[in-house]
Amino acid sequence: MEYLPNIIFAIFLIAGIGYFAKNVKKLIRNIKLGHKVDASDHTSERWKNVVNIALGQSKMVKRPVSGFLHVIVYVGFVIINIEVLEIIIDGIFGTHRIGLSILPESVYGFLIGSFEILALLVLVSVIIFWIRRNVIKIRRFIGSDLKGWPKSDGNIILYFEVVLMILFLVMNATDTSFQNMEAGNVVSQFIAPWFEGLSAGTLFTIERTAWWLHIVGILVFLNYLYFSKHLHILLAFPNVYYGKVVPKGKFNNLGAVTAEVKLMMDPDADPYAAPAETAEDEVPAKFGASDVMDLSQVQLLNAYTCTECGRCTSECPANLTGKKLSPRKIMMDTRDRLEEVGKNIDANNGEFKDDGKQLLGDYITNEELWACTTCNACVEACPVSIDPLSIIMDMRRYLVMEQSAAPMELNNMMTNIENNGAPWPYNQMDRLNWKDE
Amino acid sequence: MSEQLKVPTMAEMMAEGKQPEILFWVGSAGSYDDRAKKITRAFVKILNKANVNFAVLGTEESNTGDVAKRAGNEFLFQMQAVMNIEVLNGYEVKRIVTCDPHSYNCIKNEYPGLGGNYEVIHHTQFIKELISSGRLTLEGNTYKGKRITFHDPCYLGRGNGVYDAPRDVLKKTNATLVEMKRHKSTALCCGAGGAQMFKDAEPGDKEVNVLRTEDALETQPQIIATGCPYCNTMMTDGVKFKEKESEIKVLDIAELIADA
Repeated sequence: MEYLPNIIFAIFLIAGIGYFAKNVKKLIRNIKLGHKVDASDHTSERWKNVVNIALGQSKMVKRPVSGFLHVIVYVGFVIINIEVLEIIIDGIFGTHRIGLSILPESVYGFLIGSFEILALLVLVSVIIFWIRRNVIKIRRFIGSDLKGWPKSDGNIILYFEVVLMILFLVMNATDTSFQNMEAGNVVSQFIAPWFEGLSAGTLFTIERTAWWLHIVGILVFLNYLYFSKHLHILLAFPNVYYGKVVPKGKFNNLGAVTAEVKLMMDPDADPYAAPAETAEDEVPAKFGASDVMDLSQVQLLNAYTCTECGRCTSECPANLTGKKLSPRKIMMDTRDRLEEVGKNIDANNGEFKDDGKQLLGDYITNEELWACTTCNACVEACPVSIDPLSIIMDMRRYLVMEQSAAPMELNNMMTNIENNGAPWPYNQMDRLNWKDE
Repeated sequence: MSEQLKVPTMAEMMAEGKQPEILFWVGSAGSYDDRAKKITRAFVKILNKANVNFAVLGTEESNTGDVAKRAGNEFLFQMQAVMNIEVLNGYEVKRIVTCDPHSYNCIKNEYPGLGGNYEVIHHTQFIKELISSGRLTLEGNTYKGKRITFHDPCYLGRGNGVYDAPRDVLKKTNATLVEMKRHKSTALCCGAGGAQMFKDAEPGDKEVNVLRTEDALETQPQIIATGCPYCNTMMTDGVKFKEKESEIKVLDIAELIADA
């Protein structure tokens, strides 16, 4: 029975990591439903972006208050997790504070001391975050796209972090031998007096409970990620790597259209020729996007990476003037639909069964899509290089090229361009009249 | 403006066996829109003054297709692009200047993929070049001490990272340049982009151009400077909506410099 805690610990660990791995596999499968993107270009710039934007948080700090607090939580999260390594080793081998038997007391004390300070800072930051969401009610956190589950999700993450940080500090505060060491208990020495007068046995129980809850909490947190908006802590890195590296104003030219246009413009082309066999796989089933499968893998990765901070929406000219469009909602809808498609595939032995639904119409309305000015403010605002505009554009393409469903005024404009090379009904021959006016 | 302008066309140039140093892409707004035509003329005035050897395509120019692309009509865009590229390549055009950031962005970024490779510059960049090379000198002090705020066009600023050229040019006028709270990468759109110029806005509680005009009014400007024909229209309408047109002028940088 001596090894029972070790065995229980190992089971928790394997189950926790195993379930997470299973969901990661599902996530990758879902992203792969999108079409492939060639991202072999601009390699050095992509890595530079990962270092500056993802690791360096350069875009987060454009808004100093939330940016600074986020950096604290981010650094805290990464560094405090070093402690988890010790917990895992202790848990498996039944040791206690294995770090102490490897490192000199002063070094170990310094490490744990830094963790404690960070834990306190994280605690304070997370509480400020909660106040911003629930008391100050900053506009971007109370938008209509953030009602219900997304709102609770945002708060649950904060509660998680509060609990984990408190458990870490209590664990240290009730560890009598650690407190007696008088090194590293920078913060916990002020918590220890709260537990004064308790018997050694009770203290031990509290310490053990905090220890167990801390590691179980981390495993639960890890597995919560997949179901929450919080995947960005992992996906921000690949997402930034695959982010746009050409000027923001540059929209992709549809290759399938180019092929058809070339054919139309080629005087030697045989209009009755059968389409070339090889072209079959390159030509998409439709122009533009009406569902998640028509989007690219990068766009789907974007959707999973979005943490619903709403910086995009708070900069969107359409949203600021009361239109229905919210770039954040575009990303949330894309993910929700992708999850729905994923569940459909799970339920049908790996095969997607038409459910009569799609992203366009069932999630995103035409009204939202037509409100976009393509100004790129949302793309600029995103701290992790998400591009909601590209999804809006792909869906507009579907509306226009597959459904001819553009607003009437735009159809007039396009007819004018077709007929006389200008968006207005003027004569091509009058193009130079301004010269003499 | 009844002043006679020298506006050679590529066809005339070719007939004389000449090649201009730069092609001026006028764009659809610059050719047909009454307000934008004034910008076009002002820019040509600058080109004439600086003795720039330029040409226009005239009746051979067609819409870039940019607005069709942003509206979702990739077919129409590519048709227009391929046609224009054929004309431009036929004349062996190397360098293009335009007063329209939408044409600028489209020809610079989206034409290369369809066989059109040119050096494309915005007129504010070209004016800066003319001033710094000494080909254009600003004589008067027309704008000395005037408060000017510059509204960044999305497709010049965020779209292509050009923030400094228009500001550098404005500084040369000895005006006092005042920035709006949202400027450069966080500038607010005028509301015309993405084909919005050609349709009514979706239901909301305000027009985008009114919101942007309010941004500008906060700086208490005498002049709102623009670098895009569509922004100019939107800001002019915004100033009218706010009934400030007697106090505040909306002028393109080309117009400002032509009179400086």
